[in-house]
Amino acid sequence: MGKSFSTYETAWCPGCGNFSILRCLKTALEELNIDPAKVLMAAGIGQAAKTPQYISANTFCGLHGRSLPAATAAKIANENLTVIVNTGDGDSYGEGGNHFIHAIRRNVNITHFVHDNQIYGLTKGQSSPTTAEGHVTNAQADGNLNYPLNPVLLAIAAGAGFVARSFSGDTKHLTEMMKAAISYKGYALVDILQPCVSFNKINTFSYYKERVYYLETDHDYTDKAAAMIRAMEFGDRIPIGIFYREEKPDYHTKHKVLASKMPLVDQKYDPMIVQNLMNEFV
Amino acid sequence: MYNILIGGAAGQGIDTTVSILEKAFKKSGYFVYTVKDFMSRVRGGHNFMLIRFGNEEITSHSNKLDGIIALNEETIRLHQSKLKKDGFILCDSNFKGDFEAIRIPMEEKAKEFGNPRVSGTIAAGAVLKIFGVDFNHLENVLDTSVKKAYFQVNMQAVHYGYEATDNIYPHMGGKYKDFMLINGNQALALGAIAAGLKFYSAYPMSPATPIMEYLSRHSTAAGVVMEQAEDEIAAINMAIGASYAGVRAMTATSGGGFSLMVEALGLSGIAEIPVVVADVQRPGPATGLPTRTEQSDLKFVISASHGEFPRMVIALRNHEDAFYQTARAFHLADKYQIPVIILSDQYLGDTTSTVKKYDLSEIPSNAPLVSAADETKYIRYRITENGISPRRIPGKGDYFVTADSDEHDEYGFITESADVRVKMVDKRMRKLEGLMEELIEPEFLGDEDCTTLLLGWGSTYGPIREAITTLNDISGGKFGALVFGDIYPLPVKALTKYAKKAKNIINIEQNATGQLASLIREVTGIKCTGSILKYDGRQISGEEIADRLIKEGYNG
Repeated sequence: MGKSFSTYETAWCPGCGNFSILRCLKTALEELNIDPAKVLMAAGIGQAAKTPQYISANTFCGLHGRSLPAATAAKIANENLTVIVNTGDGDSYGEGGNHFIHAIRRNVNITHFVHDNQIYGLTKGQSSPTTAEGHVTNAQADGNLNYPLNPVLLAIAAGAGFVARSFSGDTKHLTEMMKAAISYKGYALVDILQPCVSFNKINTFSYYKERVYYLETDHDYTDKAAAMIRAMEFGDRIPIGIFYREEKPDYHTKHKVLASKMPLVDQKYDPMIVQNLMNEFV
Repeated sequence: MYNILIGGAAGQGIDTTVSILEKAFKKSGYFVYTVKDFMSRVRGGHNFMLIRFGNEEITSHSNKLDGIIALNEETIRLHQSKLKKDGFILCDSNFKGDFEAIRIPMEEKAKEFGNPRVSGTIAAGAVLKIFGVDFNHLENVLDTSVKKAYFQVNMQAVHYGYEATDNIYPHMGGKYKDFMLINGNQALALGAIAAGLKFYSAYPMSPATPIMEYLSRHSTAAGVVMEQAEDEIAAINMAIGASYAGVRAMTATSGGGFSLMVEALGLSGIAEIPVVVADVQRPGPATGLPTRTEQSDLKFVISASHGEFPRMVIALRNHEDAFYQTARAFHLADKYQIPVIILSDQYLGDTTSTVKKYDLSEIPSNAPLVSAADETKYIRYRITENGISPRRIPGKGDYFVTADSDEHDEYGFITESADVRVKMVDKRMRKLEGLMEELIEPEFLGDEDCTTLLLGWGSTYGPIREAITTLNDISGGKFGALVFGDIYPLPVKALTKYAKKAKNIINIEQNATGQLASLIREVTGIKCTGSILKYDGRQISGEEIADRLIKEGYNG
């Protein structure tokens, strides 16, 4: 066992699912024997996005919705960093929805943990992209008219190579999912169901507890069509586990400048390059 | 000095014809200056380029033509009025109309050679003969202007054109054959590479797109990762993320894309992560005129993003600035851990000029400025006298590097403390004091004892410079000009000195509201007495500046 990750006092509500997510994250990183000084925790803005503030690691707490582009580029710059994005459903699927799709396409080796409580917490109770239709909130007083986004299905459809769902109430499962996602070489998504004790009175701890079940051990997560069919199951019963997994070259492997294995941040600039480029204009 | 226009529809190969001509002129020793007037379409419409060349330095285009090379009949109709009395028209034998011209059966011959697209190359051959350029220069030039598979047919075409015409103008000789022919966008990209650029992200947008295309083409050789982002918001957030991780990073766009980037500009400001952003301006607002030029983003970029934070804005005046000032932008961004904005525009970006090879010894250090790991406990946002906190690269030692868009304490943790807030704002703003000391004063052109002082910024430098020469020849030295490169924070020393002596102060700008004049008045109280503004999407020329000043009664 290597160095441990210390945690700091938080600003979360008592009973919030974020506590167990943070605990599982810490355990996962320690069990994977990763040096905290080589970890970059990135986030946008929101309650979940405060996670990097509460763990001893390098942190990048950027703009709401924009953590994926920043985290992606930080990893491009230094592949020796373990880059993990911890942020919420609003940040990931709402404000940052476009970046979500394109982070998947880029397939840079980063891990994306979405604390999905199906509501906006920091702004105090408005609908998020995953809020159920009809859910009455402070800003959807007559009930949410929009259909909820299915992030697991979307991620598989968009071409993600690692797509899983877990539940903050099942710490053993969540830790295992986190370890598998961090170890996966490429963009990996874990959508983490999580109760919001203050602003979501529908999707509570017991709501999830009654519904979640493990994907069968014989679920073939290399079968994309099967994975998509299982991803569509979200209601009275909610499967958790790895829906889809595909080994494919990540961004670094394919990029001519990065494939040399020397991290970009360590590559030295050679003035002869500019001399040669200038000669092309003569 | 000669000036020719090559015109036709989009898709007729004007680019190739011009590429052959400008390279051959330069190889023959001439200084070459080419401007592009293209419509925002892929086929049809009317496009033209102006090539001005001669054996002396040229800093502006001109609308007085020695020759028109018409690839279609419309070109003649649109531009004939600008032809000098003894100028020539070169066109195809089958063009109808009652005008005097050198007519060559270009289309017919091109078909005969087996490729209708080489008729422009026939024209190029003819033009080179007209201007007395030695045919020997051509083989080399064609090699770099056309694809290998088309080399032979183009060689045949250029040879035919050359033989089909007579020489009119004697070659004047020139010393520029070993200079570069480079446009503003390429010079900017090269300056970034010379500064040690490692990561570039952008979303395609005219007229900034050639920067990303150049970097993509040379990515492997230059060791630069060029990533096309899904939008400009991602582009700048990527650049900031890469910079946080320790590599020099940049993004470029035009005004519309910059509008999307402004929130992240503030992130760079408060998180103190260096980033370089180039705005290659075009006329706005919204989509505006995509392929044309304007200087209307000045007041926008100096105040873009909510809240207050230090920033630097550098306007590029010419092809030297595009290289050296871009490199300097990286240095300043790193040194002060701030966003540095480069203001270019379509005119400079697309204009090709003859430039002396850049001197790399003029480039400041190309490694990111980071502090030595000498403290026992690393404090990312340590409050210091000059406002600059020690910066480190994450993952390179036993310390944590924090970055936060929330207000934060010295360690980078979120805080709402009133006391810390004030200290942090003051710390960040103190960086401006150091920056002010490094500002480069605007270049003064013309006569020290001038009574009329012209003020400009950015790409109007060249046209203003030509106008000053013309005006001082006429007036016996009553004109001077200050053209700003560093523009925000505004350097005021030279301005204060010359403004005191001048009777007339006239701002010359490519916008409708006189944004420089407004900034100067805000900062110094100095008021311009007159202005020359142009916002039709076309760059003002040296001739136009001189003509308008004379017409408005300024004779010194």
